[in-house]
Amino acid sequence: MHKLAGISSALLVGAFTSAKADFALNMREGVTSTSQSVYDLHMIIFWVCCVIGIVVFGAMIYSIVNHRKSKGAVAAQFHESTTMEILWTVVPIVILVSMAIPATSTLLAMEDTSDADMTVKVTGIQWKWKYDYVDGDASGISLISSLDARHNEARLLGAKADLSQFGDHYLMEVDNPLVIPTGKKVRFLLTAADVIHSWWVPDLGWKKDAIPGFVNEAWTKVDQPGVYRGKCAELCGKDHGFMPIVVVAKAPEDYAKWVAEQKSVAEAAAASADREWTKDELLAKGEQVYTTNCAACHQVNGQGVPPAFPALAGSAIANGDAAAHISLVLNGKAGTAMAAYRNILNDADLAAVISYERNAWGNSAGIVQPAAIKAAR
Amino acid sequence: MSTATATHDDHHDHGPAKGLMRWVTTTNHKDIGTLYLLFALVMFFIGGAMAMVIRAELFQPGMQVVDPQFFNSMTTVHALVMIFGAVMPAFTGLANWLIPMMIGAPDMALPRMNNFSFWILPFAFSLLLSTFFMNGGGPAGGWTIYPPLSLQMGDGFPFMIFAIHLAGISSIMGSINIVVTILNMRAPGMTLMKMPLFVWTWLITAYLLIATMPVLAGAVTMLLTDKFAGTSFFSAAGGGDPVMYQHIFWFFGHPEVYILILPAFGIVSAIVPTFARKPLFGYSSMVYATASIAFLSFIVWAHHMFTVGMPVVGELFFMYATMMIAVPTGVKVFNWVSTMWKGSMTFETPMLFAVGFIIMFTIGGFSGLMLAIAPADFQYHDTYFVVAHFHYVLVTGAVYSIMAAAYYWLPKWTGNMYDEKLGQMHFWISTVSVNVLFFPQHFLGLAGMPRRIPDYSVQFTDWNMISSIGGFVFGVSQLMFAYVVYKTIRGGEKATDQVWEGAHGLEWTLPSPPPYHSFTEAPEVK
Repeated sequence: MHKLAGISSALLVGAFTSAKADFALNMREGVTSTSQSVYDLHMIIFWVCCVIGIVVFGAMIYSIVNHRKSKGAVAAQFHESTTMEILWTVVPIVILVSMAIPATSTLLAMEDTSDADMTVKVTGIQWKWKYDYVDGDASGISLISSLDARHNEARLLGAKADLSQFGDHYLMEVDNPLVIPTGKKVRFLLTAADVIHSWWVPDLGWKKDAIPGFVNEAWTKVDQPGVYRGKCAELCGKDHGFMPIVVVAKAPEDYAKWVAEQKSVAEAAAASADREWTKDELLAKGEQVYTTNCAACHQVNGQGVPPAFPALAGSAIANGDAAAHISLVLNGKAGTAMAAYRNILNDADLAAVISYERNAWGNSAGIVQPAAIKAAR
Repeated sequence: MSTATATHDDHHDHGPAKGLMRWVTTTNHKDIGTLYLLFALVMFFIGGAMAMVIRAELFQPGMQVVDPQFFNSMTTVHALVMIFGAVMPAFTGLANWLIPMMIGAPDMALPRMNNFSFWILPFAFSLLLSTFFMNGGGPAGGWTIYPPLSLQMGDGFPFMIFAIHLAGISSIMGSINIVVTILNMRAPGMTLMKMPLFVWTWLITAYLLIATMPVLAGAVTMLLTDKFAGTSFFSAAGGGDPVMYQHIFWFFGHPEVYILILPAFGIVSAIVPTFARKPLFGYSSMVYATASIAFLSFIVWAHHMFTVGMPVVGELFFMYATMMIAVPTGVKVFNWVSTMWKGSMTFETPMLFAVGFIIMFTIGGFSGLMLAIAPADFQYHDTYFVVAHFHYVLVTGAVYSIMAAAYYWLPKWTGNMYDEKLGQMHFWISTVSVNVLFFPQHFLGLAGMPRRIPDYSVQFTDWNMISSIGGFVFGVSQLMFAYVVYKTIRGGEKATDQVWEGAHGLEWTLPSPPPYHSFTEAPEVK
């Protein structure tokens, strides 16, 4: 016990002196009109509770201090009072109605997704987010957004990494952030590929569940360029704590530049799928893809975490028929955490990662070309 | 209330059997009540140990103690064990001990069913805990077992489902027994509106249980067939709806929340008048408030699901209905305060826990009111703000009321006074540490920390450390409670029949400890 207390006090002192203003107490006001009205509602109801609390607890404490037997208090025997009962029923109702009015108008505004300038489809996947730009200039752009690789290593059990290197953004950094233009009403269509997730960026003022088979709607309009961070808010399995959300709001001209860049990247990727790849190219690319998409379950060393997440090193599928291997990765495996990667990865990435799995950790089953994936789709 | 005295016709009184078989075969309400209470205490420590693992992992950022999957199973099973294994059996144990003594009956109406409903429980929870040793580990999809995530569980899945079924059957049988006992076995003159509030709140709770446990059983059975029989009740790919599970679950789950708190209202309504030496301010309004809360509990379930994407009209309805609950709950709090007002109060341990209950349960009620505001809930939902909220109502609410009840009635049950000094120490250490534990979690949630995560960004470190330290102290200090109970059972200053100067009610007319069959002749209630 003494040792534990010693360690904990040392850690406490360490934590308290670490400069940052970390003792945050209140909700973030956020950066949208929605988050501002939610914050205002939160503060109104908070102060209402405080006032009621002061009255009720004040009466209690007065009574506790003064109406004690030890102070010679003699118990009155009064009870039942219809007047009081009516009073303390009606007054709360009046307070509640006056609360309900602003809450209703905020809620109606939040749920009104009409007249959006653009639409982004958000898909929750164990344990990453996929963003598809549905319309407008960015139409066709598709991003997979996973926890940044350095953070992903630092969060492993017993990694003992120096977390101060990440500043305030430990576990809040992704490889491909969602980019939106400022000053535009962006409509989100939220769904999921496997289990229920929930898309939440506190600075935008809301969260909404992403549910497989259903499409939810929400919207935001950010006026201030900046980086806004959040996390999945609905328990979605082992790595629920490790699927952050990063939204970058860019001024319209910067946004247009970003769109153009993404388009050329996408074109290059599409072109690369049509050519023959060398083994070295496939394996190098495949290792990258594996690390972001597969290593969370099957582990960097391919040993998996049996029985939930089988080993790939020496596995029958990774060393057997290529068609079966491709089919499993494309379609996933029902009833398990193995997702269908059909819509998550492109042909080149799939070919690379499958080739990697068939040649890493002592496996030796040959490579797979992007053309084979295209044919198998 | 009554001057009736029990007659001790001990010649015809067959006492308990000897040895272990006494406890296995017993049909006596006191023995079964004791079994329930001890079982609940054991589960309280098992669930508590899991909470310690959670707080240890969250002590600092980075993963140090357990892997994420095991962490998820800790949060899941902690909740299942505490709700179904600790709080509910503790209330049933109190009901078993107290209801016959409070209404002037010799025993419960259905003694063999009583035995059966208890003895199912150890099997139910052995099944649940055994899943930790199976392929894939314990349940890790949250205590609400939402599909499709819960369907990803390994070999333990059917064991968890059957454990829930068994616990549910036990609850239903216990509830039927309580309803039948209360409606049929009251002493002459004990009209419904003369019943102690603990009896009233349990009568209403029992109806809630009978109404909702089958709903839970249905929902988890549908999960079972989705997993093993090829149905797709909750799979959109097969024409089902994962959100429907949440509607069904919370149709059970919200009344369940009141199942966990209504008996607590009854306990506090018994203790406050005793130590204020003053009758309860508004008995009938308390009864009506309890009934209103029970009714409202059936029409507010979807406030647990504001973020699933309901139509806005649905969100408005559930927001308004939820806000309405503040009214009858407020009536209760105002009544307790008015009962204390101009009383002649003393603060023995039961009263301390009861007053602690009123203050901290009200704090939990305030955050509940905040959560009811749907637009604000879009920020609060699934964060540590919610964790803080329900631990205020469940730990400093339900658990505090159980502690209060234990201290209040232990002298009656055992015939010995508990150690007042230790009891008060237990209260003060618990109360300071439980607030250090849960109050900072409000701040964490508001600052943006989601619940059910094993690791967090460094700006959440400070409050998490403080919370964990509070948690460790609170956890260890509960051993004091176990020791006080043990010490009281073993001996101590003899208690009088009335035990407390201001105590009223039939149970205080019986000797301490009471005879094996409480009232062999019905007392007369005026």
